[in-house]
Amino acid sequence: MSTATIKKIKKALTGNEAGAEAMRQIDPDVAAVFPITPQTELMHAFAAFVADGKVGTELVTVESEHSAMSATVGAAAAGARAMTATSANGLALMWEIVNICSAMRLPVVMPVINRAISGPLNIHCDHSDMMGSRDTGWIQIFSENSQEEYDNIIQAVRIAENPNVLLPVMVGSDGFIISHALETVEIYEDAEVKEFVGEYTPDRTLLNTGKPMTYGPLDLQDYYMEHKMAEHNAIHNAGKVILEIGKEFGKKFGTEYGFFDTYKMEDAEYAIICIGSTAGTTRVVVDKMRAEGKKVGLIKIRVFRPFPFKELAEAVKNLKGLAVLDRADTFGGRGGPLYIEMKSALSDVKEKPVTRNFIYGLGGRDINTTDIETIYNQIEETVKTGKGAESFSYFGVRGDV
Amino acid sequence: MSLKSWNEVPLGGVILEAGNAKEYKTGDWRSQRPVVDKEKCINCLTCFIFCPDSAIKVENGIMIGYDYDFCKGCGICANECPKKCITMKPEADFR
Ligand code: SF4
Ligand code: SF4
Repeated sequence: MSTATIKKIKKALTGNEAGAEAMRQIDPDVAAVFPITPQTELMHAFAAFVADGKVGTELVTVESEHSAMSATVGAAAAGARAMTATSANGLALMWEIVNICSAMRLPVVMPVINRAISGPLNIHCDHSDMMGSRDTGWIQIFSENSQEEYDNIIQAVRIAENPNVLLPVMVGSDGFIISHALETVEIYEDAEVKEFVGEYTPDRTLLNTGKPMTYGPLDLQDYYMEHKMAEHNAIHNAGKVILEIGKEFGKKFGTEYGFFDTYKMEDAEYAIICIGSTAGTTRVVVDKMRAEGKKVGLIKIRVFRPFPFKELAEAVKNLKGLAVLDRADTFGGRGGPLYIEMKSALSDVKEKPVTRNFIYGLGGRDINTTDIETIYNQIEETVKTGKGAESFSYFGVRGDV
Repeated sequence: MSLKSWNEVPLGGVILEAGNAKEYKTGDWRSQRPVVDKEKCINCLTCFIFCPDSAIKVENGIMIGYDYDFCKGCGICANECPKKCITMKPEADFR
């Protein structure tokens, strides 16, 4: 339930501006910036806040994303609340340090404006960037719209810095579809956000000369696995913290967040599970098809890492058919990344729906309400005829699939 | 030295004690052990100068032997010794 006392200011903002707004309120000690489409406007807007003296952030302009993540890691190890943001090839270039960041257990928060990884060269939305770094030990949260991007970035700081977590968090938002679309976003008052986010008081910092320590030393056969095990447990245990913070956020600001969101799933026979802005499109189709008497529902993933496999298996096990929508491929795997996780989640339950994987929207190809309706009809058809069950294929591609 | 388990190691592979590199016995890496023939040694200390690990022990200007905790067995001393009185022997012979 919403506590009505919190004032909300309605603003017309693009996703990138909403992200910058969250960063302004968080007021990180350090932000490393390097432009890449479609993230550029986020840091552009934030840099204006720095120039206008609205934040106390030390803005480090670097020469590449590899340096952006390196500067962020350095600042975080020094004890700063440090952030950066990127997209697609930028994330690919920083990949080396992305892994080091999580292994050093540094609570960095990074908005990722999801874009197709080149090549072929493409600047539009898909999830191949974050999916390509799904196994880097970062917590991964996806947003459906600008409001969620704003809310998720604020929560990400708390999640990352929680003493039981201490892991970096990526907050994904669909490139252009969210990042460049103007929407109404409810911004909370600065003081309220600052109170929610709180002060960052790390107990391990490089700049504490009274307690000298070494970050990033060689870690060989005798200890590497112990450190990896600690990281493994930290991200699995982060789920509990993500839920607690989602609840606390709901109490304070009115919208509670969990691992995923369900829409008309109670009595649903057929469902789509997807990530990001496509969930908004799907919701419209659910309403239309429900009005026609079809029992359809939607699950929208918010947290991809740690993957909530138990909860999701529970949420879908009574369906007749489940269409899994992936905005990324795994090239040689058993379908898209979400499909692989769902198949694995469902291997734990006896009763399970017929599933089918649709890889769609790569490189920003449109997915509209008619497409979504086609997918609902196809999964129903698959359940009835068995044709296409447990298969994966590209949706909306020319030529036979 | 007993090894710590995953829930005892400091987070993120951080080393919390300053200057503890000396506790890391790099001598463990050695597969060849230098042995000096003090009969032939002229105490010129060439080995001491060349050793990259400060593993040659010297007392009052006399080369007295090796610090095997840190000698990694590179063989530089044996190579540089003008009297050729240092021999590299398989570490296994000493186990
Ligand atoms: S073998 Fe190498 S490390 Fe060992 S004492 Fe000789 S020079 Fe030093
Ligand atoms: S270099 Fe050879 S001769 Fe000179 S001190 Fe060392 S062992 Fe002795």
